Amino acid sequence: MPITRREFVRGGVAAFTVSFAAPAFLCDLARAQGRSRRNLVVLYLSGGNDALSMVVPYTDPQYFARRPTIFVPAANVLQIGSDASGRALGLHPRLTGLRTMFNAGRLALIQRTGYQNSSRSHFEGTDIWSTADPGVPQGNGWLGRYLDTLPSPVDPLTAWSTAGTIPRTLFSNRVPVPSIPNVAGYAFQTPNMGIGNEVQFARDSAQRIASHVPVDQPHLAFVNGTAQAAFATLDRVTTVGTYQSTVGYPNNGFALALRTIAGAIVKGVGTKVFWVQTGGYDTHAAQAPNQANGSYNTLMATLNDGLFAFYQDLLNQGLLGDTLVLQFSEFGRRISENGSQGTDHGAASVMMAMGGGVRGGIYGTAPNLTPTPDNPTLENSGNDVQYETDFRSVYAKVVDSWLGADSVSVLGGNFRPGAPAIL
Amino acid sequence: MTARRGLRIMQQRPDPNAGRAVVRHGEHLIEHLLRRAGFGANQDEIDDYMDLGFGGTVRRLLDYDSVPDDVDALIGKPGYVGITATGGFSPRTNIAHSRQRWLFRMVHTRRPLQEKMTLFWHNHFATAYSKIAGALGNEEGARYMAAKPSEDANQVKGQIELFREHALGNFRDLLTAVAKDTAMLVWLDGRTNIKGRPQENFARELMELFTMGVDTFAETDVYAGARVFTGWNLARPSNAYFTFSYVAGQHDTTAKEFTFPIYANGGRTIQSRSADAGQQDGSDLINAVAAHPATGPRLARKLYQFFINEVSEPDSALISELARTYYDNKFEMKPVVERLLLSPQFAESANRYARYSWPAEFVARAIKEIGWTGFSVNDALTPMVNMGQQLFEPPDVAGWDLGPNWFSSGAMLTRMNFASQLVTNQKFNLRDIARAGSQTPEALVSLMLDRLTAAPFAREPYQALVDYARSGGAWTGSDAQLVVKAPGLAHLIVGSGDYQLV
Repeated sequence: MPITRREFVRGGVAAFTVSFAAPAFLCDLARAQGRSRRNLVVLYLSGGNDALSMVVPYTDPQYFARRPTIFVPAANVLQIGSDASGRALGLHPRLTGLRTMFNAGRLALIQRTGYQNSSRSHFEGTDIWSTADPGVPQGNGWLGRYLDTLPSPVDPLTAWSTAGTIPRTLFSNRVPVPSIPNVAGYAFQTPNMGIGNEVQFARDSAQRIASHVPVDQPHLAFVNGTAQAAFATLDRVTTVGTYQSTVGYPNNGFALALRTIAGAIVKGVGTKVFWVQTGGYDTHAAQAPNQANGSYNTLMATLNDGLFAFYQDLLNQGLLGDTLVLQFSEFGRRISENGSQGTDHGAASVMMAMGGGVRGGIYGTAPNLTPTPDNPTLENSGNDVQYETDFRSVYAKVVDSWLGADSVSVLGGNFRPGAPAIL
Repeated sequence: MTARRGLRIMQQRPDPNAGRAVVRHGEHLIEHLLRRAGFGANQDEIDDYMDLGFGGTVRRLLDYDSVPDDVDALIGKPGYVGITATGGFSPRTNIAHSRQRWLFRMVHTRRPLQEKMTLFWHNHFATAYSKIAGALGNEEGARYMAAKPSEDANQVKGQIELFREHALGNFRDLLTAVAKDTAMLVWLDGRTNIKGRPQENFARELMELFTMGVDTFAETDVYAGARVFTGWNLARPSNAYFTFSYVAGQHDTTAKEFTFPIYANGGRTIQSRSADAGQQDGSDLINAVAAHPATGPRLARKLYQFFINEVSEPDSALISELARTYYDNKFEMKPVVERLLLSPQFAESANRYARYSWPAEFVARAIKEIGWTGFSVNDALTPMVNMGQQLFEPPDVAGWDLGPNWFSSGAMLTRMNFASQLVTNQKFNLRDIARAGSQTPEALVSLMLDRLTAAPFAREPYQALVDYARSGGAWTGSDAQLVVKAPGLAHLIVGSGDYQLV
């Protein structure tokens, strides 16, 4: 049941009320825990990203043969060289900003990431990537387990979801993660604004109510915990709202979320893990990667323009070196297009890592798209791309080399062998 | 009112009945029933249902066909929650108006269970307006989501009307209707599913999300299922509207083999049929997935969590019983829900306030309990987005992330701020109500807790409310004080964690 995995209250008394920790104290706590200013931004492309349209193997004749109406023409790709197997690769033509990052050595592309017996279900697939456990993809997330390794008390802004909800990746035993999609709306209102000290009276009372932790009603304790997290983060989040970025960001939810993250990094609110997502990757029909307003083209435009603004902003602020963006999607898509000029659910996809500490380049090898039964780069009778790099080895690299925790305990196994040297 | 319905404060243990010495017999159970099988109830409605008793109320809710469906005619009339429409109210073509109409119905319908099941099916067959609008345009998007046949020149029945029609009907019939629904054929791309180039989207979700559940089928079943529905496309008669059309020439006529039984005799293969007869393939598969042994228990669990409890493990005996009821009644849903509402588990005190309210439930209940005169449901639309539930826009085909996933600091803050917005609007109404509790701060707190049917408050949170009522100067009980403290308390209660549980 959800509540048991998210229960963060332990103890034997029937009910107790915690004293509220003042924001000023939490700021000090954040600073104390923030010896390293490093932060991780997890970027989820929701729906199953079609890696073959993003990192195009533009010299593989089967790529064109199996995608007669949706291939990206070789002449249009942004060439980025060849991988270890000698396969020439090009980025989708709309990814000009990503090519700049790549050429600057700040972008790593890890081809054919996935796991054995890849789930074709969005929901199971997302749970597997979130928990890093293909066997039992339930319970806490891999970054939630990382949060649980931090010494108590954990500052309530240690993680920050810019989505409206908390992704399973951030489910943890004892760290209530705030979701703050909109900094401006993250304020406490009362019906008696401007009347005496009513606002303060109301806030004091609401905080007392939220501080009640009935151990035998973990669901109520959980809900109250989210209110507590709101009160404990309100004032610091307000400072992020004053952030003046050094570049303009596109006016869409994804880019504005990245702008908020940049603001939080620059204002030094102490967050170590951010979550950002952008959707629409479930391109079953009319994928249209080459048309100006085609769906995949639009996805690439949103991704590129937002991420490039974020990159430039942090570069200008001198904070790119503190930041690591790690991108994933729940699966890749079938190699052959379907009858709707789209692609159905497939297996392995591509991961990206971007940041000042990243060793840029191409990792892993492209699939050979020839649908023969003995082709080791394909699976499912040649329909789908077989994984080469276990995604958990990428997580292991990030946990060990970036977050400074022990990946074996966080991931529940040793996935260090075979990890790409992206950091 | 306070004396009649009793104090909502826990004395020591969180027993929902503690501290409620003077309560009409069965009133809390009726309130519980209306929160679960509806969207809460105001005092007038409670009084009406009290006259029917619990069993009579369950029957009234189930047999909603005997209650007039007249709620839409009340939209825009004085005495009801408002709507906001510049340039004419057109829920058939404007999705913001469709959302308002639905919220209006949740607040004022006399068929609350039908409306509640409509919401259940909307989440179960989660379809998002944005994709339909992206493909066909905004007005057409609203049309295929929300139009009523009576208001459409071509009698188009929007998807939500389908769910309303089949709210407690036959699940297999509902599946069939959904498979032919225009919005669904766009949403899961069935309109482009043709022979030689099958489209897997609908077939996969039919098995994974609509019926059997994940890990009950193989990839080969997805391929076969996609071929079954080839030719289930859309047509556009007279260029006036889109509607389901079986295109025989686009149907894959070869045999389809599955890993689970399709027929009562155990046969797993849909034999080759002529193109003209090929639509039967889909009917055979829909029948098979409705009858699959995983479907009944899966539906039973979802209903259990929706109506009874989602904070502890489901009662496996009741799940089995509900699943058996489903199969015994040939997929009729009404006997299943009836069995569920009349089960001893439904009434158990441990199962009260054991669900996390959906934003739609929270908003409709708050409006019903606080009051609505002069409030427009339009002002709930943006807050609902930030609470995580925009009607007609579930995040994906699996529906919303339920239970604790509704709650995060941002979403909780939005709920608190919606409470503030609503009580600010209702300030003077609340002052008037509060005069009955003007004697002491405690009397006012009790009156507000009682009106808002919150879960029993523990001592310390209760004391926080009383201290708030006392703050800022000596208690006089004057109108000037009540116009501040009554909305202030309503805000704190509706914004509390306790109120989020239903």
